[in-house]
Amino acid sequence: MTETPAVHASGLLKTFGALRAVDGIDLEVSQGEILGVLGPNGAGKTTMLRMLATLLPIDAGTAHIFGVDVAREPHRVRQLIGVTGQYASVDENLTASENLWLFGRLQGMRSADARATAGRLLVQFGLEEAAERPLSQFSGGMRRRLDLAASLITRPPLIFLDEPTTGLDPRTRGQMWDTIRSLVAEGCTVLLTTQYLDEADQLADRIAVIDRGRKVAEGTPDELKASVGSSTLQLQLAAGSDQAVACDVVRRVLGSEPVLTPESGRINAPLTVADRAADVLIALRESAVAIDSVSVAKPTLDEVFLTITGHDATHEPDRTNDDEPAMEVAR
Amino acid sequence: MSTATLTVDPAAAVAGTRARTSPVETVSQTFSMAWRALKNMRRNPEQFFDVTLQPLLFTAMFAFVFGGAISGDVASYLPLMIPGIVAQTVLTTCMATGVQLREDMDKGVFDRFKSLPIARIAPLAGPMVADLVRYLIAASLTFVMGMILGYRPGGGVIGVLAAVVLAVFTGWAIAWIFTWVGTIARSARSVQGISMMILFPLTFLSNAFVPVDTLPSALQTFVNINPVSHLVSATRDLANSATITSQVGWTLLAGIVVMAIFAPLAVRSYKRHL
Repeated sequence: MTETPAVHASGLLKTFGALRAVDGIDLEVSQGEILGVLGPNGAGKTTMLRMLATLLPIDAGTAHIFGVDVAREPHRVRQLIGVTGQYASVDENLTASENLWLFGRLQGMRSADARATAGRLLVQFGLEEAAERPLSQFSGGMRRRLDLAASLITRPPLIFLDEPTTGLDPRTRGQMWDTIRSLVAEGCTVLLTTQYLDEADQLADRIAVIDRGRKVAEGTPDELKASVGSSTLQLQLAAGSDQAVACDVVRRVLGSEPVLTPESGRINAPLTVADRAADVLIALRESAVAIDSVSVAKPTLDEVFLTITGHDATHEPDRTNDDEPAMEVAR
Repeated sequence: MSTATLTVDPAAAVAGTRARTSPVETVSQTFSMAWRALKNMRRNPEQFFDVTLQPLLFTAMFAFVFGGAISGDVASYLPLMIPGIVAQTVLTTCMATGVQLREDMDKGVFDRFKSLPIARIAPLAGPMVADLVRYLIAASLTFVMGMILGYRPGGGVIGVLAAVVLAVFTGWAIAWIFTWVGTIARSARSVQGISMMILFPLTFLSNAFVPVDTLPSALQTFVNINPVSHLVSATRDLANSATITSQVGWTLLAGIVVMAIFAPLAVRSYKRHL
């Protein structure tokens, strides 16, 4: 028996005037999976997610959440999902525990149950100290955590996360990743959007790359990276090192042609397996070539985009925001 | 609810979903939203300025400015004017309902409300239930200020209470117009502008401050069908002589008609905002 997919969408379309914000996207997310939707600002990620989460009407195409039609039965769909947006969708004038209590009450919990759930979530998200503090004193990371906690009150089987770590410091980002992983460990399915390849790589089982409203690639992180190409080994030679010898060594060990910048003494070489970097370093030492620094650069989002779409990921107009003034104010 | 197992079971979750909210749930959700609105009010006391300062200021101002011209002196103008001010302040309070709803809808938390399986009317109706408190304050303060100026309502305590209740009900009904404006306008500022255009003709083209027979006949026709006129007349009858006249009936009917038209309009336009 095949399981009903958590998300099944085909031909999703959303236009704002002449702009096709989401232009015929097909998407399928299996139960218990994390799908990362990767794309630059304005690619249509948020618009697509808002359509799936019943927050925007679907102009054309169909979407089903656990087999329930999003357009026809939005009320049922809302009982199956939790949504955490790019900005905090919590009440600024209430405390953290009041917020969670309110959302619990609104979803039919009795007052005592709502209070207990709120308390449990505040502990789980490390917010119990700040439970009664006004939200104006919350940091960005605390708000984001509260926001996620608010999405989990009724333990929905599908969680939508819209750029969950944008603007967070690395430590808070790591905590958020752990939280997301633990959700999946409990059986949740997660659909998250992100601008960071790194984040998609860390979290997602599969990645869909969205650009200008279209899905341009889909696959596991490894497949995606393989399609983008290998990492790059960057060597900074010490002053006075023999650049020709260094190039020979790199060529011999890696079997590929290094690129030398003679003025700065820098060598770049494509690297298929990261282990080989160590082999290069050992060979260089044996040949008495001194190096100042060494680094292995992974493909960046820009490179992914350049390769897949043939254009730069940055400098795209922020299309979603232009057409949704209400959201603009909300930030 | 079983809390023994912490894992999520999608199949059970799907089976457990319901197609729509029941009336009982809708009421409970509306009260939860009202609780939120009251908390917000308590933490932003400046929201109360229009229901506290305005009745005090307008009552004193209108009494002394118009009293002599219209009724000969302030004391004999008060029984005519106080019910008019009650209607006016309650209507102004309604306007704030629309403006605040618009501001509220632009906040991130409204996105969460939209994504929750709750009745679409609850986020609109909740603040309106909380606003009953504001209408109550506005109407009561106007009477109190009137009495300080020398108004002695002939209807006694019962008459005044009945007048306050009627004013609060009408305010709540008419607030649906401004709630609708709140959902169609692009910004809180434009809600304010549009509401002013509705509010001024409604209050001043009525019998609130002047006797109707002093007006041109074309204007009298409008004044006589204006629900605010009925509210003012009914309030006068209740507060000044504790009698329930047909004006009370017309006021209730007008309130119900306004609600029947504008509550569905407001909900529909709110849904379109999704």
